[in-house]
Amino acid sequence: MQKRSIVPIVYILFLMLPIYWLVAMSFKTTNEILAGFSLFPQTFTWDNYITIFTDPTWYWGYINSIIYVSINTVLSVTVALPAAYAFSRYRFLGDKHLFFWLLTNRMAPAAVFALPFFQLYSAVGFFDTHIAVALAHCLFNIPLAVWILEGFMSSVPKELDETAFVDGYSFPRFFTTIFIPSIKAGVGVAAFFCFMFSWVELLLAKTLTAVEAKPIAATMTRTASSAGYELGLLAAAGTLTIIPGAIVIYFVRNYIAKGFAMGRV
Amino acid sequence: MKTENQRAWFLVLPVLVLVAFNALIPMMTVVNYSVQETFGDNLFFWQGLDWYEQILTSERFHAALGRQFLFTGLILVIEVPLGIAIALSMPRQGFWVPVCLVLMALPMLIPWNVVGAMWNIFTLPDIGLLGYFLNHTLGINYDMTQDPLAAWITIVTMDVWHWTSLVVLLAYAGLVSIPDAYYQAAKIDGASNWAVFRFIQLPKMKTVLTIAILLRFMDSFNIYTEPFVLTGGGPGNSTTLLSIDLVKMALGQFDLGPAAAMSLIYFAITLGVSWLFYTLMTKDDLN
Repeated sequence: MQKRSIVPIVYILFLMLPIYWLVAMSFKTTNEILAGFSLFPQTFTWDNYITIFTDPTWYWGYINSIIYVSINTVLSVTVALPAAYAFSRYRFLGDKHLFFWLLTNRMAPAAVFALPFFQLYSAVGFFDTHIAVALAHCLFNIPLAVWILEGFMSSVPKELDETAFVDGYSFPRFFTTIFIPSIKAGVGVAAFFCFMFSWVELLLAKTLTAVEAKPIAATMTRTASSAGYELGLLAAAGTLTIIPGAIVIYFVRNYIAKGFAMGRV
Repeated sequence: MKTENQRAWFLVLPVLVLVAFNALIPMMTVVNYSVQETFGDNLFFWQGLDWYEQILTSERFHAALGRQFLFTGLILVIEVPLGIAIALSMPRQGFWVPVCLVLMALPMLIPWNVVGAMWNIFTLPDIGLLGYFLNHTLGINYDMTQDPLAAWITIVTMDVWHWTSLVVLLAYAGLVSIPDAYYQAAKIDGASNWAVFRFIQLPKMKTVLTIAILLRFMDSFNIYTEPFVLTGGGPGNSTTLLSIDLVKMALGQFDLGPAAAMSLIYFAITLGVSWLFYTLMTKDDLN
């Protein structure tokens, strides 16, 4: 390895330090944390994790998050696929304006929408359901998914479509059996981004839920209020929120760089 | 060439319905609030453009806007060059590529409030790794709950930690798409490293960098959760960025009229600056 590999190594170390600290703290007892500084856990304990996995209000937070993130990812990618196809293959009245309008939603500050979303979803009776959060996140994820997929689709030659239609394929059959498999990498990258945003976003998810669909990230805020400030428990809950993300990146690791380069994103 | 086909609208329809439901109805609610005064009980009075005038002339808004531009400016100036530099020094192939990518992408997949909480416990003066190191090993007096400068350095460092990888991933994707033949040609011509960067790598990365800069601009301009969890906008108001101020006004004080007017001004600024960036960066392509 040459000397230039120093840069990524130093960068990755910088990225890992706060994560290490979070993980280290999750194995400490609250007493040890508050007693003073220690680089490694002195009295190694699984108690924080045991608390989380035995208390339904804790572990349901994870289940809720995973439910609405999954609904959102599937929904966003499913509706974005035909739309991206339309944008990449056809000209139609108002196409450019529509595309730009979609993207402007990606620029809207989530803080602007918090209160109106609360009122809207309460009015239609979706407040505190997984569907509400999944639908709300669509506002940001659909434009992004359309944008990513459109890039990938435009790099597929149009001859593919024409040949298939000449061969007598109907549009739905062509689309699902030939076209989507040919942009698998793009679907992976789009799904990755939808998952990512929906998993990490909290302001809207917290505003739209109370008990039944409360996300894990919102459950965490209660360690600060009840029974003082339980840092060990907070650290353990935080550590567990990193795991789903890590699994998802592991699956798309080979697509990511290649995927970005192929698509216009 | 694309074919003209109005039936393409049917393909776009589901997206349109979903996004319109989420965008237009809430947006109209905000517009309604922004021109009315309410005293609760669903009593509303027409207020005209008074709230807009009030926000645009208020010092509180100017201060928050100034802090927001400073924050976003710092983020772009630090993260974009740093991201490019890291992407350039990464291996192009082999076993270490996926390892680097996975580790680098990790911070982006951590929920935003966990990022804030993580940096909070990382920087606690007596028991956090960084806080302890600065205060007790280096002897620097560091406490971000007291010192605005320390708070600023901390939120900027946190954002660099959180989002530089996005620039790295995008820049790296641009780099790996450059065919080897380009480098060989440059070698034959005896081009310096700088020339290779300036005339081959940078132009090839331009599209992805445009996207990286746009995304970093939008997201840092709209940032809320991480600085809110880390500093709560303090000490004083020193790290109260636009979104924090907005939420404080809307949900804390329940000043719906001014908050709605501020939302729309805020959104308009984000849109305007994004459009400006986009036009400036794609200008050459059009000519």
